[in-house]
Amino acid sequence: MTEPLLKVSGLGKVFGTLRALNGVDVAVHANTFHGLIGPNGSGKSTLLKAIAGDHFADEGEVSFAGEDVTTMSPAERSRRGLSLKFQITAILPELTVYDNLLLALQAHQSLWGLLLSRSRQRLDAEVMDMLAQFRLTGKAHSLAGEMSHGEQQWLEIAMALALKPKLLLLDEPTGGMSPEERRVTGELLEPIRDYCALVIVEHDLDFIKDICDNLTVLDQGQVLDDGTVAEIEGSTKVQEVYTTRV
Amino acid sequence: MTETTANLADDKAGGKRRLPLSVLPIIELAMLALLLLYPILITYLTAEGETLDFNNYFVVRVTSIILLAMLAVSFDLCWGYSGIMSFGQALFFGIGGYFVAKLSEETGTTSLLVIVPAGMLVGLLSALFVGWFLLISKRTPTIIFVALGTLTASFAAERLVAGWQWVGAGNGMSIWDFATIFGTELEPGIGFYYLAVAFLLIAYLASRYLVRSQFGLALAGIRQNEHRLAFLGYRLQAFKLIVFSFAGLIAGWAGAIYAFHEGFVGPSTVGVTTSTYAVLYGLFGGVGTLIGPVIGAGVIEGLTVILSDNETLKAYWPIALGAVMLVVVAYQPTGLVGLLVSQRERFGSFGVRQGGKSSGTDDTGKATGND
Ligand SMILES: Nc1ncnc2c1ncn2[C@@H]1O[C@H](COP(=O)(O)OP(=O)(O)O)[C@@H](O)[C@H]1O
Ligand SMILES: [Mg+2]
Repeated sequence: MTEPLLKVSGLGKVFGTLRALNGVDVAVHANTFHGLIGPNGSGKSTLLKAIAGDHFADEGEVSFAGEDVTTMSPAERSRRGLSLKFQITAILPELTVYDNLLLALQAHQSLWGLLLSRSRQRLDAEVMDMLAQFRLTGKAHSLAGEMSHGEQQWLEIAMALALKPKLLLLDEPTGGMSPEERRVTGELLEPIRDYCALVIVEHDLDFIKDICDNLTVLDQGQVLDDGTVAEIEGSTKVQEVYTTRV
Repeated sequence: MTETTANLADDKAGGKRRLPLSVLPIIELAMLALLLLYPILITYLTAEGETLDFNNYFVVRVTSIILLAMLAVSFDLCWGYSGIMSFGQALFFGIGGYFVAKLSEETGTTSLLVIVPAGMLVGLLSALFVGWFLLISKRTPTIIFVALGTLTASFAAERLVAGWQWVGAGNGMSIWDFATIFGTELEPGIGFYYLAVAFLLIAYLASRYLVRSQFGLALAGIRQNEHRLAFLGYRLQAFKLIVFSFAGLIAGWAGAIYAFHEGFVGPSTVGVTTSTYAVLYGLFGGVGTLIGPVIGAGVIEGLTVILSDNETLKAYWPIALGAVMLVVVAYQPTGLVGLLVSQRERFGSFGVRQGGKSSGTDDTGKATGND
């Protein structure tokens, strides 16, 4: 099989006396959707942050597209095609929805280009396209902070995708969404498979089973099991954890 | 009628969608008109007898204030637009002044064609140098670190020049010649006044262009959530260093002209007092608006001029100013201009489709949807 797009090996992260991650291995291949599940506090967010560079792992390695990114800054990783959507929404609430997206779309322009506003005209069409795709056209000139929770989540996903990443990391994108909004989110994500791989943390197991190809189950900072969705569904280890603790 | 429904629908949705008019441009134009008319008005108002002296005291004093307003604008670029708490902005202002004072002493240079670029260049380079130490590191430096760093730099520079004979030590340096432009001497007075207005206007428009460009959008993002911007791939340090250096350029430029206008540059010009005033102009007038700090400089320095006639009031003025500043910081952190301008307008919008222009169609669409 081909070299995976993302390869996490032996990752460890310690907070004080707590081992939040302990020898975690994950491999994600291009154009696949990878689910990350596990009980609360099992280290899912910590793992995503270590992959995106929000904090550095204490041990182990993260390699991305054949390159060791373990010690790279978030900006450097982002420029290589890693894009994270935080668990807590991190849109810019005082800017309009339009400007939030423009900010994401123009992120890789040169400083000169930005100073001279060279791409403002050209990116307009892209902004409007993405707004349409994420059903936010009517909100273009609202302040991002004034939208509903679900809409803010979509805006965040749109912003993360605006960077044209090779890998998108989503931390609980459907948190706080209505079932209808969840369904729409699934629909919004499906087409990105053409150009991008996905690592998604999600509590809603039905949602994750619907869209993911592979799953990794974390428990207390360790990989409990991994495999295809069908394999995990049949795994007795996982059954045990999910029936005894959740 | 449709419009009313649209507005109602918007209000219900909790959206302060757009304001009926933008206030900032009006304030800016009013300020410009005031600056242009002031020398004429004040000269007629204070005239004694038949003769009109357009180079009178009030014109000369306000020329200094206009140059200080440039310093205030440079502070706003740092704190109001990029979250760099520069407590030492006078450093670049003073270095500009000292540099051209020394230059004219050594070489006899008085031409503005040299003075202006020289002031800009030393301001830019010294800010680049200070900024390099304070702003560039793997982790984002904290506001406190930057504030203390700039403050210390300004303080150290003040101590340094105060003890350095080559630049006049505690006595500072006098500039005996007037600045010249194409061979014509420029005395403090109405001519110098309009030159200062022109400089302020150019610096202002350049800053305004910067903060409203796509670069400015990134700055707006940085001051709301720096962390998030890093994840979008923005090189925060580069952005900050550029703004800080550009602010240094404006400060150095203003400082060079200020030195020639006063005919003097002393240790306090680079030091903590002048730096603090730059902060006060900004906070009082309203940071993050560019025009706020200009107004702040005008009000604070204007009152100082008015009160300087009265010995008792003059003594209490710094205390009163301190008290007013405490009130502003505690109760009106957006300053004077913040009373008139909404938060939304302060942040502005950056796309080719500005909020007002194209949302007309959205509104109608929404209104029918809601009906
Ligand atoms: N910054 C931090 N400092 C200290 N402990 C942390 C920090 N972040 C996470 N933790 C701890 O690490 C463990 C894993 O957290 P997290 O990755 O957020 O879990 P999950 O996302 O799977 O619910 C938890 O016990 C949490 O309390
Ligand atoms: Mg989590």
